[in-house]
Amino acid sequence: MIRVEELSFRYPRAVAPVFERHGFTVPPGGIFAILGPNGRGKTTLLKCLAGLVKPTGGRIAVEGAMGYVPQHFATPFAYSVRDIVVMGRARHVGLFGAPTRTDRDIAQRALAELGIERFAERPITGLSGGERQMVMIARALASEPEVMVLDEPTSSLDFRNQAIVLATLRRLRDRRGLTIVMTTHDPQHALEVADQALLMRGGADYDVGQAAAMLTEERLSALYGLPIQAATVTRSGRRTQTMVPLLGGDVMATARSVA
Amino acid sequence: MTAAATASLRAGAGRRLLAGPATVPVALVALLLLAAAIGLGAGRYAIGLGDLVTIIGGWIGIGPGHAGVAETDWRVVELVRLPRLAVGMLTGAGLALSGAALQGVFRNPLVGPQLIGVSSGAAFGGALAILLVLGTAALIGLAFAFGLLAMLVVYLISRQDGRSSVLMLVLAGVVISAFFSALVSLAIYLADPTDTLPAIVFWLMGSFATANLDKVWIILAAMLVFGLPLLAMRFSINVLSLGDEEAEALGVRVERTRWIALIAVTGITAASVAIAGIVGWVGLVVPHLARMLVGPDHRALLPASALLGASYMIAVDTVARTLTPAEIPLGILTAIIGAPIFAILLRRSRNKGWN
Repeated sequence: MIRVEELSFRYPRAVAPVFERHGFTVPPGGIFAILGPNGRGKTTLLKCLAGLVKPTGGRIAVEGAMGYVPQHFATPFAYSVRDIVVMGRARHVGLFGAPTRTDRDIAQRALAELGIERFAERPITGLSGGERQMVMIARALASEPEVMVLDEPTSSLDFRNQAIVLATLRRLRDRRGLTIVMTTHDPQHALEVADQALLMRGGADYDVGQAAAMLTEERLSALYGLPIQAATVTRSGRRTQTMVPLLGGDVMATARSVA
Repeated sequence: MTAAATASLRAGAGRRLLAGPATVPVALVALLLLAAAIGLGAGRYAIGLGDLVTIIGGWIGIGPGHAGVAETDWRVVELVRLPRLAVGMLTGAGLALSGAALQGVFRNPLVGPQLIGVSSGAAFGGALAILLVLGTAALIGLAFAFGLLAMLVVYLISRQDGRSSVLMLVLAGVVISAFFSALVSLAIYLADPTDTLPAIVFWLMGSFATANLDKVWIILAAMLVFGLPLLAMRFSINVLSLGDEEAEALGVRVERTRWIALIAVTGITAASVAIAGIVGWVGLVVPHLARMLVGPDHRALLPASALLGASYMIAVDTVARTLTPAEIPLGILTAIIGAPIFAILLRRSRNKGWN
């Protein structure tokens, strides 16, 4: 469970805050999606939650340990997938310690849970983007979190891998009762998995509520400054809601009118 | 599962252990023993393998011992070659260990103790001590103090928004090295040409020729005080090598961990500079070779680098004192060997890991 009150962040020497007085509550086992145009502080808010960035105002209360999945992963060293996942245990290992048998077993279970044991011994540098994302989630899982925070977990993935990551998140919530917070640029992804959504428009301007109520044509069109239309696809009895941005229009004119 | 199947599984695991990960450590230890044996035997006064075995047997109380070999052989090995071997081994192990740790901490396989200014700072500290005729204790103290100072300044220059970019770090290292090199030149310029001048110059070129038991204790103490903690924190170095933010998110206290590692590296480097002068390139090149053998995991890489560094140092020192009638200064040899190897590695790694 996460409770955020009056949260603000302003860069040092910046005139205006990136976001201001944001508040929301994520119940245990909830999936919470954060949407907003580039530069409105989605990642910063996420890092505030993870304790990596100190907010300039407000309060954050997180119950339970937190696992953080960053947007980018880069190390010059070709660690094996298993080594990377074992590093998820760092919190429990200590400065001069080494991972114990228990730590290795927990890492192994995380690999198994995400179904990535088959490439456990491969170097992380040789993986595809989709495989790498699963490794990052496995690493966060190895820290035995109750809350998982993911920064654009589906960006730079192909369709199938997007679906795999989303299904994985839903499964982790259903099976483990994990509370999940994620940022995304794709409203459809939020609709697919999230219970609640936060729309960040910059400054103190935000909306938070049930995902279905937040991710509407009007709100999203206003949020991104471009007409977005809902389309429903039904196949084999399963209804999929998609949000289609109308890319062909005169975006520059819209941008001018918004400015 | 039946008991037999379980047993065969266990046996399988055991076989894998022998054929796989254990072969490299065993080979490294064997290499070190071989290098040590050659190092003890080879030289202007050569000692045969049989006599060497007798002498070593004598130390551990096996065989005829002292009585079995000529007095001169015994003395050469025990009083001259053994301290020198021990100093060389510990210095090589320490420098390689430091280099491997630094490469992890700075997430860059192309840094070494020399690149971040520690060596040049320590060189100035030592040169200052010789210039002022302050004695060995002061030499070690000043080498450590200025090594730490140099590293601190480099770190502060390269820090931006709470992070140290690797490119900034290397550039700051170049700047600080240049600064302390100038101060070393100044010390040389001011030195008395009859005694302190040659003392500084030859000390800087690096040599184990003056190794004695006292120096063995000093470098051993440095390795115990700084080397063991560094070795113990190798899993934390793994996590640190993922980057500050990720390490922080995984629960590692990044600043504190990095400082502990840097102080340990400075301690080892300063001690080795104080004992043996500037022996460059070992900390840069040996971890690379070790990484080729055991992979990037610092849990294996740090011990492997230490073992390989010890063997490498003994081998180079043996060449340094046997190749020509007069000894070649060690720093010259390690640079002549190390620089081309590093150039090849640089070409092969291209641009990776520079930002």
